[in-house]
Amino acid sequence: MNTVISPRQDPTARSFLELRDLKIHFPTDDGVVKSVDGLTFSLERGKTLGIVGESGSGKSVSSLGILGIYHRGNAKVSGEIWLDGQELVGASPETVRGLRGKRMAMIFQDPLSAMHPYYTVGDQIIEAYRVHHKVSKKVARKHAIDLLARVGIPQPDRRVDDYPHQFSGGMRQRAMIAMALSCDPELLIADEPTTALDVTVQAQILDLMRDLQQEFNSALIIITHDLGVTAELADDVLVMYGGKCIEYGTATEIFENPEHPYTWGLLGSMPRLDQPVTERLLPIKGTPPSLINVPSGCAFHPRCAFDGRTDGASDTVVPELQLTGTSGHRVRCHMPAHVRQQIWLNEIKPTLEGTGGLAVADMSALPSASEEHSEETA
Amino acid sequence: MVTFFIRRTIGAALMLFVVSISTFLIFFGLPRLAGATPETFAARYLSRTADAHAQQVFAEKLGFYDPLWLQYWNWIKAVFVGTDYDYGTGIEHCAAPCFGYSFRTNHAVWDDLVDRLPVTVSLTVGASILWLLTGVAVGVLSALRKGSFFDRAAMTGALAGVSLPPYFTGLMFLYFFSYQFDLTAPGGTYVNFTDDPGEWAYSLILPWITLAMLNAAAYARFTRAGMLDTMGEDFIRTARAKGLHERVVVTKHGLRAALTPIITIFGLDVGLLLGGAILTESTFGLKGLGYFAIDAINKQDFPQIMGVTMFAAFFVVVANLIVDMLYAVVDPRVRLS
Ligand SMILES: Nc1ncnc2c1ncn2[C@@H]1O[C@H](COP(=O)(O)OP(=O)(O)OP(=O)(O)O)[C@@H](O)[C@H]1O
Ligand code: SF4
Ligand SMILES: [Mg+2]
Repeated sequence: MNTVISPRQDPTARSFLELRDLKIHFPTDDGVVKSVDGLTFSLERGKTLGIVGESGSGKSVSSLGILGIYHRGNAKVSGEIWLDGQELVGASPETVRGLRGKRMAMIFQDPLSAMHPYYTVGDQIIEAYRVHHKVSKKVARKHAIDLLARVGIPQPDRRVDDYPHQFSGGMRQRAMIAMALSCDPELLIADEPTTALDVTVQAQILDLMRDLQQEFNSALIIITHDLGVTAELADDVLVMYGGKCIEYGTATEIFENPEHPYTWGLLGSMPRLDQPVTERLLPIKGTPPSLINVPSGCAFHPRCAFDGRTDGASDTVVPELQLTGTSGHRVRCHMPAHVRQQIWLNEIKPTLEGTGGLAVADMSALPSASEEHSEETA
Repeated sequence: MVTFFIRRTIGAALMLFVVSISTFLIFFGLPRLAGATPETFAARYLSRTADAHAQQVFAEKLGFYDPLWLQYWNWIKAVFVGTDYDYGTGIEHCAAPCFGYSFRTNHAVWDDLVDRLPVTVSLTVGASILWLLTGVAVGVLSALRKGSFFDRAAMTGALAGVSLPPYFTGLMFLYFFSYQFDLTAPGGTYVNFTDDPGEWAYSLILPWITLAMLNAAAYARFTRAGMLDTMGEDFIRTARAKGLHERVVVTKHGLRAALTPIITIFGLDVGLLLGGAILTESTFGLKGLGYFAIDAINKQDFPQIMGVTMFAAFFVVVANLIVDMLYAVVDPRVRLS
């Protein structure tokens, strides 16, 4: 186990944000949904972590888990979450509530449904500010207008009284960002902040987020299906599959020397490795795994073209997240590192560069796509 | 916003117009198709012994020989400006709003209606407050503790509440609480609020509970479903992510959204009841509009039936109008469209 997890063995010297073996399981009538199953990573202020993975891989649950939204209720949360030296999983719900929105905030995917339809944009920002700051309504309103101006909403003193449905999609996302920033959070999590927007607006929002992060020096986690967004913003990248991290490293490493077959599949859906992406991820052949009956061994093996090269280990033994190379690059795969690197260099990379995308050919040579694992509902 | 209100008000007026035409046709148009003549209409106002000539004279005086549209016009005109009835023995003035006179008692229908109204209003107001508060409270708690013992007990109780008719629960209540334990007023008691508020409430408590039980059950189920829906919405997740207290998340964000459709049915239910809670009024012998309507129908007293029908229709249409406007106030998305 020691080789596996934490980048830091010294428990006193922690990063600003540190997750250790975070697990979030939901007991349901059909069985336990292991939405997040042992997630470990760390993040410093001023840095950006990109979390990528298919739908249902546990990205949103992880981020809501960090915010402590699952503290109450029927979820089983275990592991550790350290925020600036304070452990959150064991902390009281009231303590975590006090941090939520103040020191850590979240930007949601669909700002129309994520904002309350019956309250004005201004009221919703004011509410977010006043729950953590004892100020008058007037002061809070002034603050809300300033924030709206900061995120680039024209005539903020008038738009502050508009309802969310009176905003355009891009404006709503800006307002959502303003709301998240209302208390100058040190940790900002953006869950697919641009998925609902059209391409030009996407670019503007990403620019805005980059600027704001530099201005506030916050730690940023950006969750997305879209590797292009990750390539633009992230310092580090974490690839999730079936509730687990299957590859983790600096953005350069992940984009230039990816070692996990699933990551290769994701990269195959990018139009060009070195260019900003405007297209959505093309699905990798097969369906995402059930989080109730996770496939034995490597969760990816029903869809993996290379599971034959591991002497059967892929089907039976869960691979560990192991260091490879330097600079903290980790991969969860049974194939030896030099084999993976060779496959990447000789078999995968040329096809990606050659076709400029759609290079999932290798993946489609797969054994039958796993229908039996497809009962998962989103 | 203003044009929205004006539009809705005009719509409501049109609705009442349609109801009035239908009511009129049912009582004065359809019988003609079935062979009724002006004389048979007139006969209703006269004693059984009146001869054919007397009937003709009377039919003439009451305008039963006029074309239907004119009769309708006179009927409506009476409602707005009043009218004079010439019975031969002298002219009687019926002041607006005039719905004519009862066949049997010769009382002005409008006066009777106004007489009965306080009973029905008292019953409705008390019961509706009771069922709204209990129904919503139980529904919210059930939703928040979904699957708990409380939830299951409440929803089973609600099912029973919806399925038991008020004449059954009402009679059981009367039997036990009024006659066995002597805790509450016996059936048929009613004291005016202005005479003695305490006695008023005492005399109405059983009817209130009976009527409220029926609706509280439905409202509890409805609120529970709405709350479960709403608490799964994205904006609830956002509210939590802001660090709001759970109490604020539930009330300001959850309940606010879940209550909107409940306001709608509440308004309509109240409007409907103001036209008379027939079963409850009959069970407790309360002489309200429902009782009045049943009585009028049994006795075939057309002016009374028409009067109470229009009265009830008026409440329903006005309730609809108020609900529409409330909705626009509550939901900003309606306001603009
Ligand atoms: N409250 C819950 N109870 C049971 N299962 C849940 C709950 N919340 C989430 N899940 C399950 O956890 C899994 C992971 O969901 P999550 O929303 O994290 O996926 P995601 O990676 O964010 O996907 P997407 O890209 O579609 O947003 C899903 O299969 C979902 O059904
Ligand atoms: S462990 Fe086996 S199945 Fe899993 S990714 Fe590696 S090669 Fe594929
Ligand atoms: Mg998600």
